[in-house]
This record gives sequence, structure tokens and C-alpha cells, in this order.
Amino acid sequence: MIELADIRKAFNQGHTNEYWALHGISLKLDAGRVTAFRGPSGSGKTTLLTIIGCLAKPTSGRIRFKGEEISGLPERFLTDIRRQSFGFVFQQFNLIKGLSALDNIILPGFPSGRPRAELLANAASLLDRLKLSHRSRARVEWLSGGEQQRVAIARALINDPEVIIADEPTANLDTALSLEFMGILEDLTALGKTVLLTSHDPLVVESQAVHRVIAMRDGRLTET
Amino acid sequence: MRLWLEKQRHLIDFTLASLARRKTKNIGLLLAYMLLVFVLASLMLFTHALRSEAAYVLASSPEVIVQRMVAGRHDLVPPDYLERIGRVRGVQKMQGRLWGYYYDPVLNANYTFMARPSGEIADGGIMVGNALARERGLSTGNTISFRSYSGKLFTFEVLATLSPDSELLSADLVLLSENDFRRFFEYPAGHFTDIAMSVANPQEVRNIAAKLGKMLPDSRPILREEILRTYESLFDWREGIVLTVLAGAILAFAILAWEKASGLSAEEKREIGILKAIGWETSDIIRMKSWEGLLISITAFLGGVLAAYVHVFHFGAAVFEPVLKGWSVLYPKFKLLPTVDGLQLITLLFFTVFPYMAAVLVPIWRAAIADPDTVMRA
Repeated sequence: MIELADIRKAFNQGHTNEYWALHGISLKLDAGRVTAFRGPSGSGKTTLLTIIGCLAKPTSGRIRFKGEEISGLPERFLTDIRRQSFGFVFQQFNLIKGLSALDNIILPGFPSGRPRAELLANAASLLDRLKLSHRSRARVEWLSGGEQQRVAIARALINDPEVIIADEPTANLDTALSLEFMGILEDLTALGKTVLLTSHDPLVVESQAVHRVIAMRDGRLTET
Repeated sequence: MRLWLEKQRHLIDFTLASLARRKTKNIGLLLAYMLLVFVLASLMLFTHALRSEAAYVLASSPEVIVQRMVAGRHDLVPPDYLERIGRVRGVQKMQGRLWGYYYDPVLNANYTFMARPSGEIADGGIMVGNALARERGLSTGNTISFRSYSGKLFTFEVLATLSPDSELLSADLVLLSENDFRRFFEYPAGHFTDIAMSVANPQEVRNIAAKLGKMLPDSRPILREEILRTYESLFDWREGIVLTVLAGAILAFAILAWEKASGLSAEEKREIGILKAIGWETSDIIRMKSWEGLLISITAFLGGVLAAYVHVFHFGAAVFEPVLKGWSVLYPKFKLLPTVDGLQLITLLFFTVFPYMAAVLVPIWRAAIADPDTVMRA
């Protein structure tokens, strides 16, 4: 489903503080599977996920998504792909404060022009699946860490994407909530979603819900 | 089209929610902005209304007034001038006028004395302007004495006070009969203060004025349009004075509005990053912020203009009145006719909304073109 060929990424290229985060990553990722990227801080996991999720462009190399090359597309097309095909769960959840859980969840649907009623119905059903219906009207800053994460997951699913990208999803959760998250992962796989996540939490990388673990260090793959 | 409309609705919904989330900042911004519009709009409405009022009042004044000059000063018009002017082709009507100023030590104010034909006012009677009557406590049937410049005391009976509608012109006016006027000021018989005339063809006013200038080289014809222009310049000048005085305050408000509008908080930058990461395009974010800017600036504009309208036409522009109306002991009390100049409003709209939109959109555009991956690293 996703193919990476010799992906390199430099930050501040041409400046004295030039830094290469990725050194020629080549990889194939299958659909409907949960893949975890493991490695210490600075190993390039997050950078790789931002490139796969069309949040950033590689400095060089090619990315194919469902057979189409997307690495050279202009930002507008990348945004379309990102909106339709990828859902993101960020480490800090990145919810918009002051808005309710429901209002946060429907935000990715706004640019598509889908009717509000339809978005709200979808969001309500997602919250129901994630057992959070009772908190739908609560402002997100009033929610616990686990609840905020479930709102972030619902938001990632509102446009029904094929791929869910989660960056360090359990970094801010205790063991019970982390296990709950792994349960949600299994549900997502059952729905046919492809999940890519970064983690150095053993609870995640050693979980049965994760089908493949890819180790990284210093911007290179060390174990696939 | 439906999709586009739905999208705009979403953007407006989100904008309204965003405005509500940052209540304090936005209310402060709105108030500063509204105050700025209020000050500028009050000035514009007031001076425009005064100009319109002047034009309205002057519409019924004589087309040409002829004065006689001696050594560059206004002097009495000798008796034969009326007859000589009457011979100029195109002159339709003319009338010698008698008027002068009288200083009243009781109020420390100057009155304008003007003679009317004896058929209108009987000898021994006067009609007085509303402001004068108010200040001296006069009403119909009262008597009042004035000591003339020669030291003689004259007593008059107030026959009527002039209509308040004409107060702008008649605040300090005393109308009396021609005989009384000549006696009071010891005016030589047959002489006049000036001559008011009208012409048959309004297009010929300038030509007739030129003919008069040739025929009576010591005369000075004053055209109605010149008086109107002088009024306009006077109000323009006063508006300029007020603007200069207020420039500091206006600039301070403008800087405050600019700073508030253009300063993007860390929270707002973070939100823009999140929106981009979850699939919003740069153009969606700019559009959303445009709605936000438009809502604030149009609300401030409408609120400011409305407040200025009420201030000028219901409260007589209490804030700027003393400067814009000029100095006087006898202030006329008059209500300005509510007149609004569309072009002036559009100019104000352009100079307040446009810079604000630029102040809002430039930093937003800079934040919105940032790579969405920054949010992953927050």
C-alpha cells in the first residue's frame, strides 16, 4: 500500500546547522496491518511518519501510495490526500481548546463541505464506538488524558481514512489506558484500517495488536 | 455550489466559535476599533451636516451682494449706487440693506442689527433671535433698552422672537424698522450697508459681477457660491484642526488595533498548525481568518458609524461641537439635518476595514504557509 524508496530528509539544508534526519529509507508497508516504528528519540521515527502522512516532503526519494507516486505532488494535492486517506493521533493529542469533543471531531470534515448534520451524526457514532458519548458536549480541556485520546482517535476517523498515523500514542497514558488504546487498535484493524505508529513503549511494541515492528536509529532502519 | 456554501458555513461557524473562545482579546479589539471609527465618523458626519446646512441656508440668500470699499475697508453705499446698478442689463431685483453690529455689555456679546421695511416691523418694535431672547430672558411684549454708540438710550418693545428653525442664522439677530435703525446708528439718509441683488439668468452671475466691477470700481461684488466655498473651506479647516489635535489619540487607537489584530498568539499559531495537519488547506485557514477579520471590522465599522450618527444628530456632537462650530458667546441651538454622504462612508470603510484586514491576514498567511509537520513536534 505504501512504498518508500531511498527517502532522505534534511532540516536547515544549506545552513551551518544542517541536519539529516533520514538517510535513505526504503520500505514497503502493507494495508490492514498495524506497524510500529521503534527507536530512541532522534532516530527519525516521527520525521518518517510526517513524510508518509503527507505532512512534510522528503528532501529526496520517492513515495508511492496505493501505486501512485505522491512525493512530487504540490501541497494542495498532498492536503487532499492527507484529508481523505490519513487520520492523525498526535502525542499531545492537539485538540482545540474551548471547543467541545464533538466540535473537535468534526473539524477535519469542514474543508470537504459535508453537511454539518452528517458530520455530527458520524461523530456521535464514533464517540459511541469509543464509549465516550456521555462526554460529547464537554470542552476538551475538561476531559481526562484517556478521554482526550479517544476524542483524538475519533477525529482521526471522521473522514473514514484508510491509514491511521499515531505518534507516541501511549506516551501520556498510564498502563490501563495504554491497554485500552491497544484494544482500540485491534478494533481499527478489524475495520480494515492500516495503522502506523511510533513508540518506544514495550507495552505497545510487544503487543499482539502490533503486526510488525520496525526499529530505527540515527535515521536508518536497523530491523524491519 | 452547495458544497462551497456548506464549507463557508463551516468556516463561519468555526470563526464564531473562535471569537467566543477569545472573548477578552476580541472585545478589547472591537472597542478600540469602534472608538476609532466613532471619532472619525463623528467628524465626518458633523462637518458634512454643517456644510449641507450652510448650503441649504445660503440657497435662499441673494445671488450677489455688492459692498463699497474705501481704502480696502467696507464702507457705506452712497444713494446713487442703487440706481446705477439697476441700469445693468440682467439685474432682476435689488435691495439696499441696512445692518450693523452692536456690542451688548450685559452679555459681552455682539448682536447683529438689521433693518426691515417699515411694513414688516413698526417703529419702536423689534424681533429678536432665539439665542439672544434666551440669554436676555426676553419674550413677546417685554421691553429692552440699548444705548447707542452716540450714548443715547433707545427702548424697544419685543414684538416677536424669531423661529427656532432659523437659529443657525438668527441666533444673535435683532430686526428693527428702517427708521429706528437709521436713528439708532445715526446712519446718513439714503445710504445703505450693502446691496443685495438677484440676476435673471443664474449662468450670468459672474458676467454681471464683472460688469459691476467695471462700472463701479470701488465696489466689491460677493457671489453666493463664493460664500458657500468659504464656508466649505472653513469647515474643512476646522475638520483638519480637530484631526490634527486628535491625531495622537487616533494613531494610538490605530496602533492598538493593529497590534491586537496582527499579533498572533502561540495558541493561535498552534491551532493553525493543527488545522493544517488534519486536512485544512492554507486557503481554508486564510478564508476562515478573513471571515473573522470581516466580522470584527464590519461590526466595529457599523457600531462606530451608528454611535457617531446618534452622537452627531441626537446629541449635537457634544464632543466636537465647540471646535467645529466655532467660538461664540451666543451659541445657536439647532438640530442638524441628518445627512450622510455615501462617498465619505465608503472612504471611511476603505481606510478602516482595509488596513485592518491587511493587519489580520499578513501574519495569518505567514503562519498558514508553515509546514504542517511542526504540529507533530510540538
